[in-house]
Amino acid sequence: MSATGPGAGALSRTPLHDLHLELGARMVPFAGHELPLHYRAGVLKEHLHCRAAAALFDVSHMGQVMLPADAAEGLEALIPADLIGLAAGRQRYGVFTDAQGGILDDLMAANLGDGWFLVVNAARRADDLAHLAAHLAGVRPLDDRALLALQGPAAEAALAGLGAPVAQMRFMDIRRMDLAGVPAIVARSGYTGEDGFEISLPAAEAEAVARRLLAAPGVMPAGLGARDSLRIEAGLCLYGADIDTTTSPVEAGLAWSIGRARRRGGPRAGGFPGAERILAELESGPARLRAGLRPEGRAPVRAGAALFDAPEGGAEVGRVTSGTFGPSLDAPCAMGYVPAALARPGTALGAELRGRRVRVTVAPLPFVKPGYKRA
Amino acid sequence: MTRYTEDHEWLEEEDGIVTVGITAHAAEQLGDIVFIELPAVGAEVKKGDQVATIESVKAASDILAPLDGEIVEINETIVENPALVNEDPTGEGWFFRMKIEDPALLEEFLDEDAYRELTE
Repeated sequence: MSATGPGAGALSRTPLHDLHLELGARMVPFAGHELPLHYRAGVLKEHLHCRAAAALFDVSHMGQVMLPADAAEGLEALIPADLIGLAAGRQRYGVFTDAQGGILDDLMAANLGDGWFLVVNAARRADDLAHLAAHLAGVRPLDDRALLALQGPAAEAALAGLGAPVAQMRFMDIRRMDLAGVPAIVARSGYTGEDGFEISLPAAEAEAVARRLLAAPGVMPAGLGARDSLRIEAGLCLYGADIDTTTSPVEAGLAWSIGRARRRGGPRAGGFPGAERILAELESGPARLRAGLRPEGRAPVRAGAALFDAPEGGAEVGRVTSGTFGPSLDAPCAMGYVPAALARPGTALGAELRGRRVRVTVAPLPFVKPGYKRA
Repeated sequence: MTRYTEDHEWLEEEDGIVTVGITAHAAEQLGDIVFIELPAVGAEVKKGDQVATIESVKAASDILAPLDGEIVEINETIVENPALVNEDPTGEGWFFRMKIEDPALLEEFLDEDAYRELTE
């Protein structure tokens, strides 16, 4: 997801717009789209319900792109991830890098066997498409599709109730399948830290499927507010906030997404934009790192807050990039960039909060234990 | 009678003491409130001073002193249980009480009809 987008005036509506209004959503502009911030239950309940049962999010604003089956090599020239080695039916997280090793966008890339399916951020969609088209043939944006995210421990049962063979899927598997007779692409992944699914389906059928899912036991609609607090607790990056062209994937703590094949000594080392810097950072460590931060007390420390190398006094060493009150933690949580030497969990730092100083402690990410179905 | 500020605070005056809270409209706009910081009892405040802070999951908002005066009481209950402000913004969810010089000053604020017009 992206934090920025065009202003009001030219807002797009998703295929679920009428359903959102019917469900009492408070709609807000986001990345050029009109989307639910929350429904009648409110952000707190929606967040907690997602972790306890299941929440349905409309993420149709995100960009969906199809590429030919032979696109892996071309994609590897843009993304520092092992995609040639990605089996059919599997999905992988990655980033588009620029020549300086900064991040142009983050995305999911899936090998469907008969093609590659990408999901990119709404605010970066046009640039990503131009970037892809400059390097690959057969780039096809899917403009007539909706994207739903069904997240939480009750997600599998809800989806299975629509006749979807999802029980045997594990985290990051992706399949084409029929959902109540609708042809869909279903991935076992998400942006909440919970088990769950991301479901691409034809726009015309999206509302009917969404209604079926909302009627399943334990499923509640949730908006952007809960999506943001859930992803922060899960330690996941938001493009435009935690990552952008000024951050490298290694600084951002995304080195895990750079497979061994693409590192020095690997069969396809480098060969992506900014490889020199990124490979060097993988070996010697980056100068700074994205760190999890737990502020003392109950007041959230939000994006933009200055970080200091001591709870009191000290020098400014970085900024908070995302921060919220974590409903599952029942405490505030944040992320920000600090010098690598200060990124060790337990390190006591300071953050500026309304002209005062609040103590923040570096904490491991994610803040909550993930519910991914890995086996 | 209850008066309202354009910053969505309500004011109730009795014997020179004004009780201040946020309106139901404001509470609904803020969403789930998770943290409240109140001024110190005894604080002398000027109209427009930032005297309290509200944090919802999504954003922070300031409460401004509606008038010059002295903070004489604060509602500790909403610090313990911020959700009370969402549940009962004009009752149990009051913020603080302040002593003011001249109760007539309240007449400059919006009455209920004018406030309703502002929020429609």
